[in-house]
Amino acid sequence: MSVLRLESVSRWYGNVVAVNDVTMTIGPGITGLLGPNGAGKSTLIHMMGGFLAPSSGSVTLDGERVWHNESIYRQVGLVPEREAMYDVVSGWSFTLANARLHQLPDPEAAARRALEVVEMTDAADRDISTYSKGMKQRVKMASALVHDPSVLLLDEPFNGMDPRQRLHLMELLRSMGEQGRTVLFSSHILEEVEQVAGTIEVMVAGRHAASGDFREIRRLMTERPHLYTVQSSDDRALAALVIADGCASAVELVAADAGVSSAAARPGHATGEGEVGSLRVQATDYGRFAHVLPRLAREGDIRLFQVSPADESLESVFGYLVNR
Amino acid sequence: MNRTVALLTVRTLLGRRRAWLLLALPAVLLLLSVVIRLTVGSDEDVTVGLLGAFALATVVPLLGLIAGTGAIGAEIDDGSIVYLLSKPLSRQTIVTTKLAVAVAVIAGFAAVPVLVAGFVLSGAADRLAVAYALGALIAGVAYCALFLMVAVLTRNAVVIGLLYALVWESLVGSFVPGAQALSIQQWSLSVTRAVVGPAAEGLGVTSAVRPAVAVPLLVLLVVGATLAAGRRLRSLRLTGDE
Repeated sequence: MSVLRLESVSRWYGNVVAVNDVTMTIGPGITGLLGPNGAGKSTLIHMMGGFLAPSSGSVTLDGERVWHNESIYRQVGLVPEREAMYDVVSGWSFTLANARLHQLPDPEAAARRALEVVEMTDAADRDISTYSKGMKQRVKMASALVHDPSVLLLDEPFNGMDPRQRLHLMELLRSMGEQGRTVLFSSHILEEVEQVAGTIEVMVAGRHAASGDFREIRRLMTERPHLYTVQSSDDRALAALVIADGCASAVELVAADAGVSSAAARPGHATGEGEVGSLRVQATDYGRFAHVLPRLAREGDIRLFQVSPADESLESVFGYLVNR
Repeated sequence: MNRTVALLTVRTLLGRRRAWLLLALPAVLLLLSVVIRLTVGSDEDVTVGLLGAFALATVVPLLGLIAGTGAIGAEIDDGSIVYLLSKPLSRQTIVTTKLAVAVAVIAGFAAVPVLVAGFVLSGAADRLAVAYALGALIAGVAYCALFLMVAVLTRNAVVIGLLYALVWESLVGSFVPGAQALSIQQWSLSVTRAVVGPAAEGLGVTSAVRPAVAVPLLVLLVVGATLAAGRRLRSLRLTGDE
């Protein structure tokens, strides 16, 4: 049972702040480190793995400082994001070399056991250069598991994996977590994280934006105001109905810039005054708005041409969490 | 020293196409010496010229550059060094082991070919073969230590190494005599000169530095560079991930 603790950790490169005053505690079980690209996840994992000194604050593993402390690697297994891993050797010899580097009493047995855990025994004798992305990931995982570490750090382990490999890795992580290991992995995909992680730490723009159970994070993300772009046969009337219903906090009529061409392209589509445009709706409740809108349109005898979410990009989802 | 680190380093150094690069220069040296022996015969002046100007001034620095930077630079570049660094191993052990492998490679690919070339060119005359082989080995150790450190310090190690070996040692050294006092080539030549003995002057085996100065400088360089590389490796930042 190991606990990684970050206290007021910041890291900057010159004038750029990559990680800004992060405090978190990572205990046994699976923790997902979620955030868009460039949020500082890798920087954070590098600091947890002892590959980067925090500019300020402290990173400790069971009370021991991580930076410049090679002995932590007896407890820490690291699965890096990058692919390169001594391509000239086979999966077996690579795993065995890692076991030997750990100076384990029986490196052969340790390597065999690790390859069994990741189900790579059959392909172990092949050259690593012939492996698929998923197989490489599994061998990297085996190399991180040879010494039976109590902490496992994985940087974007699902990147580039096909769905089957993804499921397999999730299964593997789950069993690691159930064995009481402290497992932390980073990802920029919410669905990935919530399928395996019991705890989620959200990073946005270097800041620790949210922390907790995945249901909590999910609720925060889905209950945030959503912005929709709607086009209908009568935007003005629809706007009135939406406001009256109360499922939106703001509604805005947007005039089209190129009225003629889009009117020609979509005959019959017009607002109350005959202009072509759209309606921007800020829904207060994501689930409810999607259910209510068709009913409102039918009641008002309005035809819906288009309903599309306007700001579903990950950055805006995360941005909301930060500004919340 | 760590056996597994050594084995991985040997694979990196001699694997892929690098082994052919390492072989090309000594092959040219041996070929030249055979051709010269067959056409010119045994001539000590030619021996000194070829071993001094080609072997010690070109082959050894270039092989030292390939072996020294190749022993660690490629791993740092592609990030696979992380598998060594995420182990409870002293960073100094990693550096020292890699240096030992690089030196072994230099001994095999530079010092031994120089010895053979020396014997082919002029037999055992004036201990020239042994003297130049020893000079090549000593220079090889120093180049490896220096370039290994440079490879840990910067990603541009090969360029910097080439600039040092070709521009500083050869070009600047030939115009500015003072620059030769800070030249691995001159330091190792002083050892060669000492081994050849009194005949050195007449044969044109010269060095800008006396052995009493050169040897301590060589030791200082090797020890200093190795310690600095180990120190730097402790704080190595693995970039290219974000």
